Amino acid sequence: MNNRDQILAAVKANQPDLTPLPELDSFFQGQETALIEKFTQVLNGIGGKVTVVADVEEIISILKASYPLDQTRVISPLSSMQEIANNNIDNHDPHALENVELAILPAHFAVAENGACWLDESILPDRVLPFITQHLILIVNKVDVLPTMHHAYEKIGNEQYGYGAFIAGPSKTADIEQSLVLGAHGARSLWVFLA
Amino acid sequence: MKILDHAERADIFNEDEKRVDWHDETLWWIRQKRDKSAHQIPEWENLRNAASAIKSNTLSNLHDYLLEFEKNALQNGVIIHWAADAKEHNEIVYRLLKEKGINKMVKSKSMLTEECHLNEYLEHNGIEVIDSDLGERIVQLAKEPPSHIVLPCIHKKKEEIGELFHEHLGTPKGNADPQLLTEAARVHLRDTFLTRKAALTGVNFAVAETGEIVICTNEGNADMGAHLADIHIACMGIEKIIPKREHLSIFLRLLARSATGQPITTYSSHFAKPRDGKELHIILVDNGRTRQLGREEFRNSLKCIRCGACMNTCPVYRRSGGHSYHNAIAGPIGAILAPNLDMKQYADLPFASTLCGSCSNVCPVKIDIHDQLYKWRQVLVKEGYTSTAKQVAMKTMATTLSSPSLYKLAGKAARTTLKYAPFMVNNKFNAWYLQRDMPKVPQSSFGEWYKINRKNNEQ
Repeated sequence: MNNRDQILAAVKANQPDLTPLPELDSFFQGQETALIEKFTQVLNGIGGKVTVVADVEEIISILKASYPLDQTRVISPLSSMQEIANNNIDNHDPHALENVELAILPAHFAVAENGACWLDESILPDRVLPFITQHLILIVNKVDVLPTMHHAYEKIGNEQYGYGAFIAGPSKTADIEQSLVLGAHGARSLWVFLA
Repeated sequence: MKILDHAERADIFNEDEKRVDWHDETLWWIRQKRDKSAHQIPEWENLRNAASAIKSNTLSNLHDYLLEFEKNALQNGVIIHWAADAKEHNEIVYRLLKEKGINKMVKSKSMLTEECHLNEYLEHNGIEVIDSDLGERIVQLAKEPPSHIVLPCIHKKKEEIGELFHEHLGTPKGNADPQLLTEAARVHLRDTFLTRKAALTGVNFAVAETGEIVICTNEGNADMGAHLADIHIACMGIEKIIPKREHLSIFLRLLARSATGQPITTYSSHFAKPRDGKELHIILVDNGRTRQLGREEFRNSLKCIRCGACMNTCPVYRRSGGHSYHNAIAGPIGAILAPNLDMKQYADLPFASTLCGSCSNVCPVKIDIHDQLYKWRQVLVKEGYTSTAKQVAMKTMATTLSSPSLYKLAGKAARTTLKYAPFMVNNKFNAWYLQRDMPKVPQSSFGEWYKINRKNNEQ
C-alpha cells in the first residue's frame, strides 16, 4: 500500500462511530438590525475607516482631496473610477504591481459583526492587489451589509471561485510586546465606502 | 546530554522575575480581551457547541471527508500529496523545490512545519527559508523556536528585538520602537516576497465539500507569499478538514475572538484553484494523528483549531513560558498532543498543570483539556514513563491514603515535625518550601477534633 492508502486505512480503522452534524438555523435569528452603524463601529475599532456616501462622484471627490492621485499609481477595475485610476495591469506578472499606491476595488458585501468585506476573483484584477497596494479602498453597496458570518456564507453559497478573501481592516501586527502597529505586510490602511 | 524537563526549564525562565511578571500579565490581558469579545456574542456557547459537534462529526467520518476533499481539490487543479510522518513531509517539500531548481523559499506561519522541523531539514539541504510572520521572523533571527502558537515571540522584550534588528536589518542601535522595527521588517520582507519563487503556508481549515483551504493572518504575509510565487505549498494535518463551506462561519466567528479578542483576523483567504500557470500543492500529513484518533480518551485533542486561548489562560504556561514545554506546541493543548508523538520524551508535560480547568472553559471547540491531562498522567505512570521518585511518592501516598491507621500516623508525624523540627522541611531539599511558607501547625487533626467535640455535643 502507498502512503495515501495506508493513512486512509488507519483513519478508517480508528475513527469512532458516526455522530450527526449540528443544525445551524438558530444562528440566523435575533441578529443586529442597525447594520451600517454596527459595521462602522466594528471596522473603526480594528483600524479601518468607513464613509457613507450618496454616489460614486462623492467618492471621487473625497479621494481627490485625500491622496496626491496624479503623482502615484492608482489601480481600479471599476469603469466609474477611470477618471482617477486605470486598469493597466499585466495579468501575468503580479510583481509589476509592487509600486501601486492605491487600489480601489469593489467588494461583494460587508459583514456588520466583524467589519469584514468579501471579494472573490471575479472582481479582483489580480489576487495580490489588495495586499501589495500601500492603501486599499473598498466600495460596497449600502444594502449589502449583512449581519453575521452565517449570512455571509449563505450569500456566497456554492460560488465556484478560484480565490476569495474576507478583508477586515488594514494589515497589522502586535508581535513586538503586544504594541499594535498598522501596516505589517499588506495594505497600510483600509477605507470602506458604503455607496 | 540530558533533556531538561518542564520544571527545570521553568526554573530558568523564572530567574528573571520581572520578565515572568510581564509575561504573566500580558497573556492575562489577552485572555481578558478574549472574554470581552466573547461576551458580546449572546450565542457564544451555542457557537462552541456547534464547533465541537462539527469537529466530532469530522473525526467520525474523516475517511470519507478526506476522500471528498481530495477529489474536489484535484478537480480544482490542486496537486495533493500524502505524508505518513514528519520525514516524508519534509522530503516532499524538498523534492518539489528541487524539481523546480528553487533554493530560496518564503514561509508563513505553520505549526505543522515546526512539528516536523522543516526549516532545519531544508537548511541542512541547502535551501534558505525565511519566515515572514513578524513574530516568527524575530525568533528565527534569534535562532529560537516560537514560544506561543499565535504570538511566537511573546517571551521577548522589545529591546532584545531592537538589538536583533540592528544586527540583521541595520536598524539604529538602541532603537526599540515597535513602529520603526515593524516598518524595517516590512521593507526587508517585501523584498523577500518579490523575489521568492516558492511560498509555503499552513492551513487553518480545509473544506471537504469544495476542496478549498482557508488561511487566516493579520499581517497579510501568507497572501503576499502565495500570490507572488510560482509554486504555493500548503501543509496541513489531516484533522484540519471540515465538512462544508457553511461551517466556516462557525469557526471564523470563534477563532480570532478566542485567540486575541479580535472579531476576525484581518485576512481570511480562501484558496480553491491555483493562479493561471502556477501550482498549488497541498500536503496532507498524518504524523501520529491516526494513532491519536484511535485513542478514545485523547481523540478530542484533534479538534484543536490552534487559537492559543488555553495558553493565555493557563497559570502554569503564563509563569513558565512556552519554551519550558520543549515541544512545537506549548501550553495545555501541547501537553495533551505531545505524549502521543513520544511518551518518553514528553512524559513531563501532562504534569505541568494545576488541573484548574480554565483551559477547557475557554476552548472554542470544547476539548476536555484538563481531563485529558489527568488521563495522560495515569497512562504515563502505568507505562512507566514517569520518574522513580514520582512513582515512589505516588505509591506511598496511595498506601497511606488507603489505610486509616497509616493516615493518622502520617498526619501526626507531619504535625510533630512542623512543630518541633521545622528545619526538617524548611530547607532547600523541599521543593514546596522554595517559594512558599509551610502551613501553620494545627493543634490537632480534624479526626481528633471531631472526636472531642462530638463527645461534647452528645453530653
